[in-house]
Amino acid sequence: MNEPRLRLEHIWKAFSGVPALEDVSFEVLPGEVHALVGENGAGKSTLMNIASGVLPPDAGRAYWEGEPVTLRSPRQAQELGIGFVHQELALVPALSAGENIFLGRLPARRAGLGWVRWGEIHQRARALLADLGHDIDPRRPVAELSVGERQLVEIGRALSLRARLVIMDEPTAPLAEHETARLFEVIGRLRRRGVSVIYITHRLKEVYQGPDRVTVLRDGRSVASGPVAGMPLEELVRHMVGRPAREQFPAGESCARPEEALRVEGFSARGRISDISFRVHRGEIVGLAGLAGSGRTELLEALFGAAERDAGRVFIEGRPVDIRTPADAIRGGLALIPDDRKAKGLILGASVRCNMVLAAERQLLIRADREAEQTGRMARELRLRTPGAEQPVGQLSGGNQQKVVLARWLLTGAKIFLLDEPTRGIDVGAKAEIYAIIRGLAARGAAIVLVSSELEEILHLADRVLVLHRGRLAGELARAEASEERVMRLATGGSPQ
Amino acid sequence: MIAPDRALWARAVSGALRRFGPLAALLLMCAILALLSEHFLTFANLLNVFRQSSVNALLALGQLLVIITAGIDLSVGSILGLCCVLAAIMLKAGAPSWLALAAALAAGAGLGTINGLLFTKLRLPHPFIPTLGMMNVARGLALVITGGFPVSELPAGFRWWGAGAVAGIPAPVIVVVGFCALFHLFLTRTTLGRDLYAIGGNRQAALLSGVPVDRRLTMAYSISGAMSAAGAIVLAGRMNSGFPLAGVGTELDSIAAVIIGGASFFGGAGTVLGTLVGALIMGVLRNGLNLLNVSAYWQTVVIGAVIVAAVWVDVVRQRAAERSRAAGR
Repeated sequence: MNEPRLRLEHIWKAFSGVPALEDVSFEVLPGEVHALVGENGAGKSTLMNIASGVLPPDAGRAYWEGEPVTLRSPRQAQELGIGFVHQELALVPALSAGENIFLGRLPARRAGLGWVRWGEIHQRARALLADLGHDIDPRRPVAELSVGERQLVEIGRALSLRARLVIMDEPTAPLAEHETARLFEVIGRLRRRGVSVIYITHRLKEVYQGPDRVTVLRDGRSVASGPVAGMPLEELVRHMVGRPAREQFPAGESCARPEEALRVEGFSARGRISDISFRVHRGEIVGLAGLAGSGRTELLEALFGAAERDAGRVFIEGRPVDIRTPADAIRGGLALIPDDRKAKGLILGASVRCNMVLAAERQLLIRADREAEQTGRMARELRLRTPGAEQPVGQLSGGNQQKVVLARWLLTGAKIFLLDEPTRGIDVGAKAEIYAIIRGLAARGAAIVLVSSELEEILHLADRVLVLHRGRLAGELARAEASEERVMRLATGGSPQ
Repeated sequence: MIAPDRALWARAVSGALRRFGPLAALLLMCAILALLSEHFLTFANLLNVFRQSSVNALLALGQLLVIITAGIDLSVGSILGLCCVLAAIMLKAGAPSWLALAAALAAGAGLGTINGLLFTKLRLPHPFIPTLGMMNVARGLALVITGGFPVSELPAGFRWWGAGAVAGIPAPVIVVVGFCALFHLFLTRTTLGRDLYAIGGNRQAALLSGVPVDRRLTMAYSISGAMSAAGAIVLAGRMNSGFPLAGVGTELDSIAAVIIGGASFFGGAGTVLGTLVGALIMGVLRNGLNLLNVSAYWQTVVIGAVIVAAVWVDVVRQRAAERSRAAGR
């Protein structure tokens, strides 16, 4: 009796040879709210994409209410009764809430060519949203709705498809506190109606605010699963992090010098980050930790003049500076390695040389000999592996692409490096090289702010760790007191103890 | 790090298509026309083709800068029309030729600057919008100023730009070759030119590398406006009048020349030589079809097909580049 609504058994999945899920089994019972937690990259989204038919597994079986099924496409998963509320909401902003709910299957007078029955759409949409306990006018365009209301529209859409299982991918990430409370209430209603909910979250506090059971993924494996009541926060964090001890890496020598390189006071930007103050010394590596969406990237880009800011002062070597554009930042000796190498860092179709010299100080006329010298020097210094300086940079490996971005900033003579996920998507060997380059920069007196979703990386490199939570500085840990547990607790809104 | 053979091949093919495709197509067309018509391959006729292509080539050079930044300038034909009548009216009022010329260039650059500022400062979603607006405004002004009538009988000194010659070489041809050399140096040897490629290749990366993106974009549209004025001077000289409807439809010809010449509609790529070849391909097509007594109506059909074929080649090239990129990782 009481067959699980969905059961996934021994799921394997790899992306171009890199394992994302290894032998993961997972089940959700009827009317159960099941929390799925794990660090960034633990495999949560991959698992749910498999559960909803977006991705095919490499191996493994799926059962829907006891029957074996193959989840071939999102549409087929939908027909079974699986609804997915996406992180980046899959709604058409210009269309009304009601039309979005029935998108692709608008009730019409006759199949094929038919007049749309707007009355019926609005009435049914209103009833669905009322069922969720909310009074949203279905004629309002989605663009006018708040993020929380849009989520309700998506949930309404899933219910209109008679979903018996609703998967929510980090639904609270974009929500304000009161909207979060409202969402929990909606989830409660779904549970009372026998709908199962899988709830992906980063915020461990939320595991104790509703879900019945919790499953922890780490590095593509399911490491713990059980009733929430039997899993105290300490244990949950330990499962997520995986290592009881933190001394896995020998601590490198700190190169921090007494002179201040960068000071930020009361920095705020468009509600994404508020009132952040910190300082970085020459030769110091300051880690900036936080969950995805906590404002790390926004902070670095606003500091660099690439995003707007509302308030705050910045001092470089003690002198106040007014940075309004990236060009100002570069003049001040700043460098930014953006989080998305391909979208923001490189001109993929252009050559290694063009990409390297893009930010360097220059006159009107191009001096080919100087550029050749610079490019050659950087290639040797960073041990860049490329067939030549004219190779399109898009054809290099991720690690070598990142070296090209680093070379660009070394050529500007930057003294303060803002590194946003500098090792994202590059292989282990290249990572070690990038770490050595970062250490070398610090040893030469550069000040470094390092953002990373990999806590290991931050603890490995940083002399000091700042933790962001929802756009605010949640705490600061010296190297000696920093541990994955402590950082994670601050990052999820808890106290450091 | 060494890309597999297939990727190398894809790259080689894609590079060759971009670099030599338009030139090979032009030579092939010339060879075929030489066989079909005894009048084609004469020095006089070839010079004639070049002269007829000169206005389009001048507009296309300006358009090239804009298209390299992944933009588009729909106003070049109308700015040409307005500059034509502006220069003609000044000349009729007794202004010296050099002043009329300078005024036309300044007006063209000014209108182009307005395009650029509308695009960058008002944060309009795409240059299509401000330049479409300018296309109507400039044409309307040209008609308002002249009441719709051409301003004819210009002084000989001014007419030289359209109808004169040096040692048998028509002045428009000399002007085009001069501008081509200038633009080639600008795009390949100056940081300003290279910034345009960077912006078209990845605007975000260029911005984060300190390239003053808005200023460079405005510059590209200013230069495009100035080149419209250069085209206006040549055209007014040749027609011996400032005609308010001059250049209607030439914005699309200039875009076609740039694209046929191998520039990417997605930005980040394009050369002066390719653009000149693109303009000549269109000129040779028209000339050759004339010699073969093909009606003007059919010429339009053929040119339409050539444009689509040229962009299709670009798409194939893009796909090949993406494949080699994927294989290279």
